Amino acid sequence: MKPGSSISIWFFIGISLLVNGALICGAGVYELVKPPAYPVVLFRLHASVWWGAILLCAGIVYCYRFAPSRVARRNASPN
Amino acid sequence: MKTALILFEAGRLVHLSPVDLVIIVFYFALVLTIGLYLKERANTSEDFFLAGREMTAWIAGLSFLSANLGALELMGWAAASYQYGILAVHWYWIGAIPAMLFLGIVMMPFYYISKTHSVPGYLKLRFGESSRTLSAFSFAAMTVLMSGINMYSMALVMKVILGWDIHFSIWVSSITVAIYVALGGLRSAIFNEVLQFILIWAGALLVPILGLIEAGGWTNLKDRVAQNAGPAYMHVWGNLGSFNSNPMGIHWTGIVFGLGAVISFGYWTTDFLVVQRVLAAHNLRAAKMAPIIGAGFKMFVPFIVILPGLLALALLPVKLTGEGAAIASGGHSYNEVLPLMLARYCGPGLLGLGITALIAGFMSGMAGNVSAFATVWTYDIYGALFNKKATDQQYVRMGRWCTILGVLISIGTAYLVMQFLSIMDYVQALFSFFIAPLYGTVLLGMLWKRATAAGGFWGLLAGTLSSVGMWAWVKLDPSALRYVALSSNARDMAENMYRALWSWIVCVIVTVVVSLATRPKPEAELVGLVYGATEIPSEGHLPIYQRPIFWAAIVALVFVILNIIFW
Repeated sequence: MKPGSSISIWFFIGISLLVNGALICGAGVYELVKPPAYPVVLFRLHASVWWGAILLCAGIVYCYRFAPSRVARRNASPN
Repeated sequence: MKTALILFEAGRLVHLSPVDLVIIVFYFALVLTIGLYLKERANTSEDFFLAGREMTAWIAGLSFLSANLGALELMGWAAASYQYGILAVHWYWIGAIPAMLFLGIVMMPFYYISKTHSVPGYLKLRFGESSRTLSAFSFAAMTVLMSGINMYSMALVMKVILGWDIHFSIWVSSITVAIYVALGGLRSAIFNEVLQFILIWAGALLVPILGLIEAGGWTNLKDRVAQNAGPAYMHVWGNLGSFNSNPMGIHWTGIVFGLGAVISFGYWTTDFLVVQRVLAAHNLRAAKMAPIIGAGFKMFVPFIVILPGLLALALLPVKLTGEGAAIASGGHSYNEVLPLMLARYCGPGLLGLGITALIAGFMSGMAGNVSAFATVWTYDIYGALFNKKATDQQYVRMGRWCTILGVLISIGTAYLVMQFLSIMDYVQALFSFFIAPLYGTVLLGMLWKRATAAGGFWGLLAGTLSSVGMWAWVKLDPSALRYVALSSNARDMAENMYRALWSWIVCVIVTVVVSLATRPKPEAELVGLVYGATEIPSEGHLPIYQRPIFWAAIVALVFVILNIIFW
């Protein structure tokens, strides 16, 4: 992309990971508190909780690293 | 919400919770937002059709791979691995990696330096208008047909998995793709493809991880598959010595020469659907690196596609069957492997992400088809035949209309397929009709200075006609299979491999013979188009880790090691 001219694709990806991660992790925590009547196979591993948390963390990192204001500052810097 | 829920019928494979629906709706909102945001940056034809040629190697490489990673690719090959075992991995390794590396290292410089807008555009520069026109019409027809067939199949899958109304799935997904591609052009398609690539991995990666945990590791998985299906299901090369010793009924020559040397090289190096993404790179080095990055990721796609099929063979308590038998018995078909495995491990939220991954795969494939169709139609049909003096703004306007037109024709094709289901049987044959001969023409055009305009045109025509002829021959007389595919035991896939190989050989022979009998172009007119007449910028001044050839060698080494491990 042209320097300083747009929002990076990685920022959009960060938003997607952040929102999906939060929703999945939240749903996993809810199931932890209130287990479902018909759990999925390997429910005891609580994949929703840790997978959602991984996506959430990745989303935060990407949103921070590629935030439009940070990218604009980086592109404006003479170095 | 109530209105939307009415569209979801009973009798579905999985049930979505509200959080799953929120994830799916959020995905649609995000892709439309990206399209709207990028509208302002699609004002010139270079912007609209080639994303301003400003993509980095990573973005172009991921988009290059994502355009190929459609939902049918995901679900179809998961089904194939259940049916044929680990043999299906050939379509990801020998059926992709060598060709992708060849595109990056050998062919990309000519596409990029010639500044062509499309593959038919390259043929025009190299062989003249007649070759371009033949290639443009065949590509446009193939693209919308494939797009429509994919659209129908995806809607059918959504009906089976989620109980969604088939018309609802077709129209909502298609209109979304039409909006974001018509607004933002190739840049919007590429941005969304990268997003879709990440979502596909995020949504599908848990299945193999949890599946391996349940199976007790790789060794136990192999034992269970051998026990349930047979030891031949877990060997990539070991059982290809004869047609009868493997589940696919194919010989190693079909895999190496038909798939590895012709079909995959044809698809990855001349199908404009994927090549267009690489042409959007911001310089030659990025254009060379993009397919190499794509190849690096492609090698590991079997982890989320092939492995779930094998896990299903080992772990599912029910036996999956063909579509017809499944309908008759009320059971599940091979094509439901991936959704079944998703439903097995994924609770609320994760299931929504998994379904989003399938929808994302479908939309990335469709956007790829539509944006490639719009480019070829606008430059190689409209600009070449109907309005030779078109202005830049007319090109952009035509590109936007063509995007919508392409989607509408695809929808029409989808409904046609709905009426005549037998069309589905002919999908695989399309590649051998058009792509295999095209690869012969482009390859000779790039590497052989002596190839002439007449040679290129007649070679392409003869290759295409011979492929259609062989297909019709076997349809009319099934016993002809023993000649076309070298064995009467060959299955459809094996037949396609060999037909592609023969049509490529016909194309090459005719091109060579006609070229030798006709007058070649002066060498000065071949600059930038042909090996030996083009100065390729040297990369000698770059550190070794920045050279595409270095990374291509690393990917090739990993490719060889993987084949040996799973021999």
